[in-house]
Amino acid sequence: MNLKYYFDYNSTTPTDPRVVKEIIPYFGTKFFNPSSFYRKAGEISIDIENSRERVAKLLNAEPNEIFFTSGGTESNNLAIFGITLKLKEKGNHIITSKIEHSAVLNTCKYLSKKGFEVTYLPVDKYGLVNPDDLKKEIKDTTILVTIMHANNEIGTIQPVKELSEIAHKRGILFHTDAVQSAGKMKVDVKELDIDMLSISSHKIYGPKGMGVLFKKKRVKINPMIFGGAHEKGLRAGTENVPGIIGIGKAAELAILEMDENEKRLKPIRDKIEKGIIETIPDVIINGNTDKRLYNTLNVSIRYIEGESILAFLDNQGFALSSGSACSSKSLEPSHVLLALGLKHEEAHGSLRISLGKYNKKEDADKLLEVLPPIVEKLRSMSPFWKKK
Amino acid sequence: MLYSKKVMEYFQNTKNYGKLEDADGIGKVGNPRCGDVMWIYIKVKDNKIIDAKYETFGCVAAIATSSMAIDMIKGKNIDEALRLTNKAVAEALDGLPPEKLHCSLLAEKGIKAAIEDYKSKK
Ligand SMILES: Cc1ncc(COP(=O)(O)O)c(C=O)c1O
Ligand code: FES
Repeated sequence: MNLKYYFDYNSTTPTDPRVVKEIIPYFGTKFFNPSSFYRKAGEISIDIENSRERVAKLLNAEPNEIFFTSGGTESNNLAIFGITLKLKEKGNHIITSKIEHSAVLNTCKYLSKKGFEVTYLPVDKYGLVNPDDLKKEIKDTTILVTIMHANNEIGTIQPVKELSEIAHKRGILFHTDAVQSAGKMKVDVKELDIDMLSISSHKIYGPKGMGVLFKKKRVKINPMIFGGAHEKGLRAGTENVPGIIGIGKAAELAILEMDENEKRLKPIRDKIEKGIIETIPDVIINGNTDKRLYNTLNVSIRYIEGESILAFLDNQGFALSSGSACSSKSLEPSHVLLALGLKHEEAHGSLRISLGKYNKKEDADKLLEVLPPIVEKLRSMSPFWKKK
Repeated sequence: MLYSKKVMEYFQNTKNYGKLEDADGIGKVGNPRCGDVMWIYIKVKDNKIIDAKYETFGCVAAIATSSMAIDMIKGKNIDEALRLTNKAVAEALDGLPPEKLHCSLLAEKGIKAAIEDYKSKK
């Protein structure tokens, strides 16, 4: 069975053919090292700067505030390590949330073993951080607040403007992981008043292994990777030129297509949500249905386990993901779903449906056709079904 | 994650599931690592397992091993069934990914618990 229905765009996206087309010359005729002397190489640096401008435009930032990295993970690491190393004389306290991506959580966890103190803010049952909690947790030793913009599993969008304002009032820097929001919705670093922000290319129809850290000019951080003077000394290493060109083109396309994607995808997502509620009893919609990415739907189907749902769906050509313990390498259920207050068993039967620009209206109908019988079959095997 | 063809086959076409009315023994076991649950029902006559079924709340590997384990004990006498190991079940499925081996333990424990339950009622 071929994979015909892809509903996992929050995991990754296919590279847009227009992006691929723009990248290809940089593997061939434009292969030069941008740091080299000859003119042909110099031209590559100009292309890199053009790409920087395109990304800056996506975020309403200045080009000199854009730093290329190897992905969302590195951007998050660079922001957090960069600040903590720089400001460790000033304080050792970091505030984040319980529902961050592992690229933030595990960085913080590591730092807490190295003498830093980390506060993980709770979220309400829809996944929102309460700004009052942030106010209460800030102390004299706090040097960084890092709270994600939109959550990858449930799509909940945090009030980052309000949160950054609270941090700034106390003179503390604010970083946000915008890997899931950038390219999908307007992310304006000036309007949101953000000091540092991470994005990833492969979530916005660009190539994998490519990311950006936005950093306000006046914010000084330490590098993590040492070597040559690339990226103004903040991130050494010969540039990943195809990647850089790719994220630039992807950013340009995102600006053009964002509104159209929202207009088209939101009704498809809503239709799937409604269809599931209507045809499958005992489901829980996870996330904040008012403040939620328009492409994301997370639902717990009670009394059955996610990996086995995914396997039946895969067999019929559908690609989705789950927050089940069984489908994770650590055998822990999703920390995001547990932070919402879901029981272990409820996280077990969770499905994430995340749409993207190549989904069609008919995809929703197909999913709604195959899912209910799969659920019914798995429930008939479950010791918990019927015996409620 | 890649499962063997046989695991997928047993998972997709599993038969031995559901409640077994008037079972002589029921084994209810859980997996402390991931929270999965398996119930094994057996019907015994003259020391022989004449019928068996399972109900499982768990992953592909848990369902496939439940199904295979039931196949492997049906028609066997109790002592034989008690000797069934999770390794034998996994091997009969052409192996499991290493991180899924623990799921097959559930089937072994479930069968042992069902037989114990039967013995305690006798
Ligand atoms: C919210 C969030 N942050 C960070 C990342 C990591 O990005 P990358 O895969 O580019 O390292 C992801 C993607 O998995 C994500 O969803
Ligand atoms: S039973 Fe949970 S991983 Fe298999």
